[in-house]
Amino acid sequence: MSERMTDRLAVRKTYKLYIGGAFPRSESGRSYPVTDTKDRFLANASHASRKDVRDAVTAARKAFGGWSGRTAYNRAQILYRIAEMLEGRRDQFITELRHTGASKTQAATEVDAAIDRWVWYAGWADKITTVTGAANPVSGPYFNFSTPEPTGVVAVVAPDSPLLGLVSVIAPAIVTGNTTIVIASEPAPLPAITLAEVLATSDLPGGVINILTGHRTELAPWLASHMDVNAIDLTGVAHEDRRDLEETAAGNLKRVHHPATTDWADDPGTARMTAFLETKTVWHPVGV
Amino acid sequence: MTVTELQGFLHGLPGVDQVGAEERAARLASRSIKTSAKAEAIDLAISMVDLTTLEGADTAGKVRALCAKAAHPDPSDPSVPKVAAVCVYPDMVEVAVRSLEGTGIGVASVATAFPSGRAPLEAKLADTRAAVAAGASEIDMVIDRGAFLSGDYGTVFEQIVAVKDACGDAHLKVILETGELVTYDNVRRASWLAMRAGADFIKTSTGKVSPAATLPVTLVMLEAVRDYRAATGRQVGVKPAGGIRTTKDAIKYLVLVNETAGPDWLTPHWFRLGASSVLNDLLMQRRKLSTGVYSGPDYFTLD
Repeated sequence: MSERMTDRLAVRKTYKLYIGGAFPRSESGRSYPVTDTKDRFLANASHASRKDVRDAVTAARKAFGGWSGRTAYNRAQILYRIAEMLEGRRDQFITELRHTGASKTQAATEVDAAIDRWVWYAGWADKITTVTGAANPVSGPYFNFSTPEPTGVVAVVAPDSPLLGLVSVIAPAIVTGNTTIVIASEPAPLPAITLAEVLATSDLPGGVINILTGHRTELAPWLASHMDVNAIDLTGVAHEDRRDLEETAAGNLKRVHHPATTDWADDPGTARMTAFLETKTVWHPVGV
Repeated sequence: MTVTELQGFLHGLPGVDQVGAEERAARLASRSIKTSAKAEAIDLAISMVDLTTLEGADTAGKVRALCAKAAHPDPSDPSVPKVAAVCVYPDMVEVAVRSLEGTGIGVASVATAFPSGRAPLEAKLADTRAAVAAGASEIDMVIDRGAFLSGDYGTVFEQIVAVKDACGDAHLKVILETGELVTYDNVRRASWLAMRAGADFIKTSTGKVSPAATLPVTLVMLEAVRDYRAATGRQVGVKPAGGIRTTKDAIKYLVLVNETAGPDWLTPHWFRLGASSVLNDLLMQRRKLSTGVYSGPDYFTLD
């Protein structure tokens, strides 16, 4: 029996894209090999093309109405559920992070921090309006409110921190009701796809988060120029490439976010949430 | 021609190879149309669109807006061709005719108790005459599917002849409602029946029944018009309607036309696409080709 077990063929996971709640291969049929820090082969990741970008934007746009229309309380529940599901796969994420060069303790610390970050952002869902919105004093018979609303479809170029960094850029974008297209870290894309498996089993509607793996320099310009994308987060883009992308993003006046520094262990603050919010002010007559 | 002869003729038509038709349609749908060929296909598809609004909630304002869009699909780009026709209910024909005056765009009206066709013949003819009197240049009639399915081909034939007579100069499109005919054999029979009764166009569906137009059904109908012209010398047009939503869908139909009936049918005079939402997708793809960046639905009108 034991001899038979050692003869067993390895069953390897195919890492695909995550678009509209499904796991398609790249439309281009391409893939690229991912190695660990010692250059040993880990898996082939999908090498997404501009058509996958287009499909992901369509999926994100389709999901936007439903996701932004949910109550903040419900979005909080779903984000918390994602944290619960992550917790259940703790060991798997630790193993994947160790392939990227982290020690056992570092990996465990990062997974814990990532789970805690989901929970932290989940708590913000029904509080951000009260913190960033206002009842404004005006000299007239009106109630005057300013309320934050989601920007829309947000493209995110994720940083190379394969789990904590990824979570720290996705969670603040979606907690307020935006939908996202995420380009995962190029050298370490595998945890992003495993995260997609978590998302697919966490009550998160398909299309709210779409994850692409591939070359940033190939995909980011298509997202920056896409007329149906409302904002772009350039966190994972090299400094020298940012200027071009910013210029392209001006085509439809996208909101562009690029943080000066990124230490993912720091207290994140609300900056990443407010970066993708629009303020709507309503004048409502008193006594009508 | 007697009813018995008609029945004998229709049942004497060769059966459709279902697997073969579906396989052929799927194979033609996998053709890759890119760059300059795609740009041409998009313009051709736009010029073939019968821009349609057939809702109970239609208002004169909505029809006027649709007509404006028909004449200038993309107001920011005058090189976009205009669509072939606007398709409305009979009571909206007058509004559409007035809005489209001088544009050369036709007004098509559904008639004969669309979409079910369940009304006395007199009512159907009155419906048709009213639409023609209001200025419709094309009439889209529905066949009596109940009569067809119960084998009463004579009734279906006579009704088409009567409606054709009521049309006068207007073109007659006969809607087979293939989603209710169930088999491809029935689609082939209904196509021949309609053509022999005098149809100028045969149209797949009302858009109110699912499935609406599909590629294999259109393939069977295109074969029918090809064979009919070979037999009689008279050319009949084809119009798939319903369920055509993307540029890719539209281009698949164009390939199917070219490969089945032939390039003679590749003009708005002989082939139409009954749709509304496909136009925005065609415009978005057109802009992608001309600007190089993906466009979004925010930049085109809602309709």
